[in-house]
Amino acid sequence: MKEHLFEYLLRLGDDSLILGHRVSEWCGHGPILEEDIALTNISLDLIGQATSLLKYAGEVEGKGRDEDQLAFLRLEHDYKNCLLVEQLNGDFGMTIMRQFLFDAYRLPLFEALIHSSDSQLAAIAEKSLKETKYHYRHSAEWVIRLGDGTEESHERIQKAVNSLFKYHVDLFFTNHVDDALLKEGIVPEMKAIHNKWMESVKNVFSEATLEIPSNNWEQSGGRLGRHSEHLGLLLAEMQYMQRAYPNMEW
Amino acid sequence: MSKNDWPLWEVFIRSKQGLNHKHVGSLRAADAEMAIENARDVYTRRSEGISIWVIESNNVYASDPSDMDSLFEPSQTKVYRHPTFYVVPDGISHM
Amino acid sequence: MQLAMEQKYSQEELEKRFQDKIDNDIKIEPNDWMPDAYRKTLVRQISQHAHSEIVGMLPEGNWITRAPNLRRKAVLLAKVQDEAGHGLYLYSAVETLGADREETIDDLHSGKAKYSSIFNYPTLTWADMGAVGWLVDGAAIMNQVPLCRCSYGPYARAMVRVCKEESFHQRQGYEIIAKLAQGTPEQKEMAQDALNRFWWPSLMMFGPNDDDSPNSALSIKWKIKRFSNDELRQQFIDVTVPQAELIGLTVPDKDLKFNEETGHYEHGPINWDEFWEVVKGNGPCNEDRINTRRSAKENGEWVRAAANAFAEKRKMRVAV
Ligand SMILES: [Fe+2]
Ligand SMILES: [Fe+2]
Ligand SMILES: [Fe+2]
Repeated sequence: MKEHLFEYLLRLGDDSLILGHRVSEWCGHGPILEEDIALTNISLDLIGQATSLLKYAGEVEGKGRDEDQLAFLRLEHDYKNCLLVEQLNGDFGMTIMRQFLFDAYRLPLFEALIHSSDSQLAAIAEKSLKETKYHYRHSAEWVIRLGDGTEESHERIQKAVNSLFKYHVDLFFTNHVDDALLKEGIVPEMKAIHNKWMESVKNVFSEATLEIPSNNWEQSGGRLGRHSEHLGLLLAEMQYMQRAYPNMEW
Repeated sequence: MSKNDWPLWEVFIRSKQGLNHKHVGSLRAADAEMAIENARDVYTRRSEGISIWVIESNNVYASDPSDMDSLFEPSQTKVYRHPTFYVVPDGISHM
Repeated sequence: MQLAMEQKYSQEELEKRFQDKIDNDIKIEPNDWMPDAYRKTLVRQISQHAHSEIVGMLPEGNWITRAPNLRRKAVLLAKVQDEAGHGLYLYSAVETLGADREETIDDLHSGKAKYSSIFNYPTLTWADMGAVGWLVDGAAIMNQVPLCRCSYGPYARAMVRVCKEESFHQRQGYEIIAKLAQGTPEQKEMAQDALNRFWWPSLMMFGPNDDDSPNSALSIKWKIKRFSNDELRQQFIDVTVPQAELIGLTVPDKDLKFNEETGHYEHGPINWDEFWEVVKGNGPCNEDRINTRRSAKENGEWVRAAANAFAEKRKMRVAV
């Protein structure tokens, strides 16, 4: 059971870690100061979540690895984040769409996880849920603004949908890990999360006058450590200090 | 204001239950929802508030400083509006 | 309102009433009458200050994605975010003077408006995050604390907020550099190198010597400024040198010595040629910094337009 929970915590923690990293790349480059500050808040929430989740993962694993060792010293294929979060920021529309597709998944997931039979996971979910509600509100509002804004913004955000939608299946990936944890009441049924996600996407897209791409080719593999080219480069940057100066304190 | 700039909003924050909303500053936002969210991110990063009001700055009407004398001086001579104007005998308390 | 006052009083009377207020420490508020030169000086100074906060996000932003651990990453991110907030408070203060934020920003992008030249120096190692927080924020705080009592109300109030938030910036920087100074030989070397590179530019942050600072006298009369450049610089050196010594770092000034009689440190000559060159645009990062800010604005143009268009549509729909 321990290794299953460990694996599951890595998925949650790595999602927060990698997306938090991506969003932090906006700091100083936002479309307007107010939004620069908003994006940084989201990034800070995600990095905070990653810290709690990976810390707990390390404890569950019981090999003496702390959150920093997990965050900075694994090899690429040991990261279990979904493919969506590692995708490049692109323009603001791409960043917002990536955030929305993720928030729409994270929100029902955390809503369910607050009832987890694992009390520590439930506690982390409860804190993260409050943050995620705000992220969802922020990203959904922006999707609607951009979708129903100008011709240019509509085109850009629709393009973002078209390029990111193929990564959504990866969010709902399950295997024996989930099966085992589901039996223990630690994690919820993924089917229900997927349905809620679909509902949010349909509602927000309809208000935003956006279309779900008809091409439903799917990309997945993130949960198994099979990533896109982007993750390696992201890690090269993120891990630079720990790799260049091993075993030092900062 | 160039055509893509957002309007200016004034932000008022209630720092805790029982206190008035207080003006804390301004920011730019395209609509009221955004103004509230931006106010939350800009002005309450250190738990400075529990409630936010925003109002578009061009809806604020201000008194004219050159009218200051006529608006505010007359009340200065109306000392009878203050409790210290009245004499009560020694030994009276709680009044 | 400016007009109403002008109809009521002569120019001379207006100026006297204005200076009386200042002398009695009564704040000047946005709609109050003020001399044109006072307004201009404030617009220039506050917008320069705002630009410095915003451009100042970039050298540290450069290390957010390479921070060595999660705690440092969060702290740095929160710190740089604060600087964005400071910029915003200050742009709001400029707007109370009738200047438009976007136009002020365009002046920055065209090179017409200046910002603190320190941000035209590169951040090359992680230790620079320590040096910047410790020295650059430290020098900024020294400049900013007196500004909380500045005669112009909105500026003073913005600075109160800024100074409150600044208090962790310098500490986190000193914490970083102190940690390195106690670390491995490589880390110590990194810390010393950062101090070597940031010391002199930090001293330049206070601006030219008093003799070469023509606007200062008027600013002091108007209580926009309370101390001269040299006074603040001296204060900074006096508090910072012992902080360096405490963690075993050497201030890169062979002429530096403590004068027992005055109780102050005496320092070697500052390279003002370098200062003016950097101000003029010839620093190592001037071009990059401005290009980065310019493209952030350009890339955001369609976003801002979309939000306006949507707000317009929503208003129409409500009206129907
Ligand atoms: Fe699906
Ligand atoms: Fe600042
Ligand atoms: Fe600062």
